[in-house]
Amino acid sequence: MLIFTFFAVQSPVFRSVRGVANWLDPASTLGIMAVAVALLMIGGHFDLSAGVMTGTTALTVGIVSTEFGANIWLAIGVALVLALAIGFLNGWLVTRTGLPSFIITLGTFLMLQGLNLGLTKYFTGTVTASGIGSAPGYESAKAVFASTVTFVGSPFRIAILWWVLFTVLATWVLLKTRFGNWVFATGGDEVAARNVGVPARRTTITLFMTTAGAAWFVGTTLAVRLTSVQANAGIGNELIYIVAAVIGGCLLTGGFGSAIGASLGALIFGMAQLGIVYLGWNSDWFYFFLGAMLLLAVLANRLVRRYAEAARR
Amino acid sequence: MAAPKRLLALALAAPLVLAACSANGGSDNGNDGGSSDLSFSVITHGSAGDAFWDVVQNGAEQAGKDLGVTVDYQSDGDPQKQSQLIDAAVNQKVDGIVVSMANPDALEDSIKAAVKAGIPVVTINSGGDRSAEFGAIGHVGQDEAIAGQGAGQRLKSDGAQKVLCVMHEAGNIGLEQRCDGASQGLGTDVVPLQVDINDLQAAQSTITSQLQSDPSIDAVLTLNSAVAAVAVAAVGDAGSKAKVATFDLNQDVIKGIQDGSIEFAVDQQQYEQGYLPIVMLKLYKENLNTVGGGQPVLTGPGIVDKDNVDQIADLAQKGTR
Repeated sequence: MLIFTFFAVQSPVFRSVRGVANWLDPASTLGIMAVAVALLMIGGHFDLSAGVMTGTTALTVGIVSTEFGANIWLAIGVALVLALAIGFLNGWLVTRTGLPSFIITLGTFLMLQGLNLGLTKYFTGTVTASGIGSAPGYESAKAVFASTVTFVGSPFRIAILWWVLFTVLATWVLLKTRFGNWVFATGGDEVAARNVGVPARRTTITLFMTTAGAAWFVGTTLAVRLTSVQANAGIGNELIYIVAAVIGGCLLTGGFGSAIGASLGALIFGMAQLGIVYLGWNSDWFYFFLGAMLLLAVLANRLVRRYAEAARR
Repeated sequence: MAAPKRLLALALAAPLVLAACSANGGSDNGNDGGSSDLSFSVITHGSAGDAFWDVVQNGAEQAGKDLGVTVDYQSDGDPQKQSQLIDAAVNQKVDGIVVSMANPDALEDSIKAAVKAGIPVVTINSGGDRSAEFGAIGHVGQDEAIAGQGAGQRLKSDGAQKVLCVMHEAGNIGLEQRCDGASQGLGTDVVPLQVDINDLQAAQSTITSQLQSDPSIDAVLTLNSAVAAVAVAAVGDAGSKAKVATFDLNQDVIKGIQDGSIEFAVDQQQYEQGYLPIVMLKLYKENLNTVGGGQPVLTGPGIVDKDNVDQIADLAQKGTR
């Protein structure tokens, strides 16, 4: 709220409907990922491969549809299967070995980074998969993943709608379903959770697959929207997802947090990213601003939680 | 309670101070040249801290000062974010947009939207072949293939037989075109090598190991001035006799050419890629002039070697070459 007011007061474009559509756009794809990453963090784990996985799925869609001439929906399906497989592998390795998810997914991250570059070059002969726009079935895929909805005379990306939908869905799952309870229990104290009969292993694997599924969705959006994907797409974004989740109140230790919080984190991120541009500031300072925001948010969260805990006692 | 309040005050005050600074800066720009109140946005794909793009930015800002127009420079290496920056500029109803096109497909929608909104667009750097198709009024840049050919021919006449072509950004079509051009100029295929501009130390060891594993490589062509310096070091590490040539200039490259560790640099004079589009946009806004007649305006290749390096050294010091 504070950040919105701050930018809105100083920039008329920022508060215009078009401006809103503009800064909701980066917030939306980030938000979809942040919600999934938040679920995973509540469950007590990290996924450093989430960023590069958006690139992997986007490249898969690109390569399968252009190099093999497949219908784009088939390519999107292949990418989904691949993403879920990677997610399963992440979760399976984490639960089997008991190693920190940080290490396991760091391994996946690096492997995928290499595969993205190597396989893209192998198949396309260059470092981009391009020409997705002429694949069969493209128009319908574009309608689902990358169209715009005109609202009050301004074009809003459809990803914003998906983002809202996913946030609502994730919130419902967390608060109203048995699975949601399992997630909180697994992240809070895995041994205790197991003792009361929570299938912690299955929960963890499902959460990794959910994150991978979100990466698939965002990656597909990327591929369909840009119609050409670079082999280095998505790298570095994994930390931004975690930042959004943490700004939104997720604990690094697991067991606490919310999907709506993560979405708000993504919203703040989108506002800051384009707000800085609208004010005509030097974008070199963006990451400084982001870091300061992260620190402030975490400090504020800690205060709020302390008050909450004091009140409970 | 006192501590959080103070924090909050700080959080609110800091950006306000920054804003005050930038507001002053803006009006200074406007006053220098006098009459015009045009404002142009320059949106490139350069990552923060890349010296090449600093020179482009210097060129654009100097043009803004000289012509008395406001120039706002933004950049993001991620094509999706770059397209969002273009959308933002369109929303701000700027009077003209300058955009670099490392990945034309990804920017197509945003650029076409800008053109449709009646904002003249000039494209710079790579992507000249798609510029007119998107509705830009002109393109200022270097034809990467032609520049690569120039480098290849020069290496050939210097006696190079097997050339390592070091690419520093995965996903930049322009770099591929340079290496392909170099192959054509050389008359034989170059050996491509991928490194990461954000980790030059790793780049150095990658180049070293490549030189060690293939001693027949007798020339290294880097496509960025920062990579040239580590290539020189890598040649030393590997005990190789390979010559180093590069695209683009910086202090290290100039010193290298002066002391003979670098043969030559292909200079695309990117200062012009910042400066000229601002001139073109002003001419277009005030007089509906276009430049280039549908063809790209080439800023390179200019070759900098031992013969002319000393004059250029002073200019590079000032950040304009």
